[in-house]
Amino acid sequence: MNYFEKTNDEKKIRLYEIMLTSRYFEEKVNEMFMKGLIHGTTHLGLGQEAGHAALSGALCKEDWILPTHRGHGHFIGKGGSVYSMMAELLAGSYGIDKGLGGSMHMTDVKNFNMGSSGVVAGAVPIAVGMAFAMKKQSKDNVVAVCLGDGAFNQGMTQESLNLARVWEVPVVFFCENNLYGMSAPASKFVAGDITKRAGSYDIRAVKIDGNDVIEVYNAVSEAREYAVSEKMPYFIESKTYRWLGHSKSDLRKYRTREEEEYYKNLCPVKRYEEYLLNSGILTEKEIQVYHEKAQQEILDAVSFAEKTRGNILTLEEAKKYVYSGGEDR
Amino acid sequence: MKIMTYAEAVREAIREELLSDESVYFIGEDIGLYGGCFGLSRGLWEEFGEERIIETPITEGAFTSAAVGMALMGLRPIVEIMFGDFVSLTVDAMVDHAAKYHFMSAGQVKVPMVLRTPFGSGTGAAAQHSQSLEAMYLNTPGLKVIMPSSPRDAKGLLRSAVRDDSPVLFFENKLLYRTSGEVPEEEYFIPIGKGDIKREGSDITLISYSRMVNVCLEAAEELEKEGLSCEVLDLRTLRPLDTELIINSVKKTGRALIVYEAPMFGGFGGEIVSVINDSEAFYYLDSPVKRLGGEEMPVPYNPNLEKEIVPTVGKVCGEVRKMMGESYE
Repeated sequence: MNYFEKTNDEKKIRLYEIMLTSRYFEEKVNEMFMKGLIHGTTHLGLGQEAGHAALSGALCKEDWILPTHRGHGHFIGKGGSVYSMMAELLAGSYGIDKGLGGSMHMTDVKNFNMGSSGVVAGAVPIAVGMAFAMKKQSKDNVVAVCLGDGAFNQGMTQESLNLARVWEVPVVFFCENNLYGMSAPASKFVAGDITKRAGSYDIRAVKIDGNDVIEVYNAVSEAREYAVSEKMPYFIESKTYRWLGHSKSDLRKYRTREEEEYYKNLCPVKRYEEYLLNSGILTEKEIQVYHEKAQQEILDAVSFAEKTRGNILTLEEAKKYVYSGGEDR
Repeated sequence: MKIMTYAEAVREAIREELLSDESVYFIGEDIGLYGGCFGLSRGLWEEFGEERIIETPITEGAFTSAAVGMALMGLRPIVEIMFGDFVSLTVDAMVDHAAKYHFMSAGQVKVPMVLRTPFGSGTGAAAQHSQSLEAMYLNTPGLKVIMPSSPRDAKGLLRSAVRDDSPVLFFENKLLYRTSGEVPEEEYFIPIGKGDIKREGSDITLISYSRMVNVCLEAAEELEKEGLSCEVLDLRTLRPLDTELIINSVKKTGRALIVYEAPMFGGFGGEIVSVINDSEAFYYLDSPVKRLGGEEMPVPYNPNLEKEIVPTVGKVCGEVRKMMGESYE
């Protein structure tokens, strides 16, 4: 069904805004890392913006998501504030996790984002348990968990697909196949076909063009509807491409610059812009304004994060978060 | 007071928690109609049905992680791992996820779950069904570890564990399952983090937990005939540790022997030596603190060897006599 066609222009523009915010956020983070303004490491999702906008865009507010370590864009997609995410990257106490989580663990409970696991496939079984709880609590919601082509090979993913099917729980597995698990090409390390393997668990599984925001929106909408009404899992293999390296220290020796150019030409943002122009939803001028607005928001977020980065938790305050009763040992 | 076995006490704790809170679920392999590998859950499936007694495929990693997800959503799962050895399959769930979510999210979420498992040697089940792996978890802030020795403690502590908002590991020595003891008729709870003086004495403190407490108590009986007065401490909770109990007892007796079943090297005994050395109790010592642990080898199948590798009443008595040295002569 064409769920996208049924949405109004406001929604269609909202998806676009999220893609732009994600794009400019990641570009800015990349720049700040290069300049040494952020410590630690980060995994950027440039090129995967269609998924960032459409996964959460097709879900309800009360549906949970669990992104991967490449999770900034999904944080934005689910409604998270770029101010608190940027502040978290700068490790201040105004960050979403008060500086205790960082890039890989942006938990945002009020927007129903459980945060990422830094362990590849670590969140996949957790999502199954969350969906189990939702079913027990008689909620008509789903849990969407992101995983990559690398995570698909983890035993934990295979166990989770089986468990989700035999327990019959409403979880949407959103596999962002960006062709590489760090440096390992899926073509070399994934046996068979991801969608077929997932489908072999008697789970509905589809393969889509993950750089087409409309296609992703339709697939997730259908998955959600099915998962909620049937209380069953659903699997989406969303084919996309990671423009930058795995993390900030990746020299990308395992692929050619030509290949990267090829995929950059399939840019999900540009493709959606063409649609918005051709369908008369936005004019060239308006598109320009949205770009400027998104860029400005990121600049404002950086300035907020820089201004507040001096506010940090003390060791004693951090200890209070080890146990939920606040005990420090 | 009524007399019941350790296994019955554990079952009663699970049953009473299932009755008192509908968010409690019991999850594991073969715990339904079969009644559990050790018969421990017999009757629970008949009473609560498959709505609350959740059977799983043989997939410890995924269902323990799923329990983390359930706990994140407000359920209170009690997970049974059939043998303590198989907790190795749940390390990712417990160490990387359960122990971290509260902290990484700066308190946005909590993980109220219990993982309980039968452990220990003495059943002829050889190296992969006989280990004592508690030390693996003691170096993980965010987890609580409980190892009770008596039916009364097992019941009261398990009920407290289910109500605790942090993830708890609950180790039950399988040789204790058939031991009996007095258990209060009325509802009661034993606080996590409080040890217990199982026998008062004045010459030496025997510090132990789980089944080895009983070995120490028997040794204390023996030694009493020789005119030696042993105090026996049952730590009950290993993390958080009741350091005050240890320190006060050693100040009184001036000697301490730590007895545990796990291999001695890298085990919990070393930590207790440090607790004593780092406290004022150190200045009261009349002889060096000693440890008596398991042999440095996997648990052998041969029954004679299997008996030899763990501390026994004879070994405890021998060690105490040595420690008493000249003053005893």
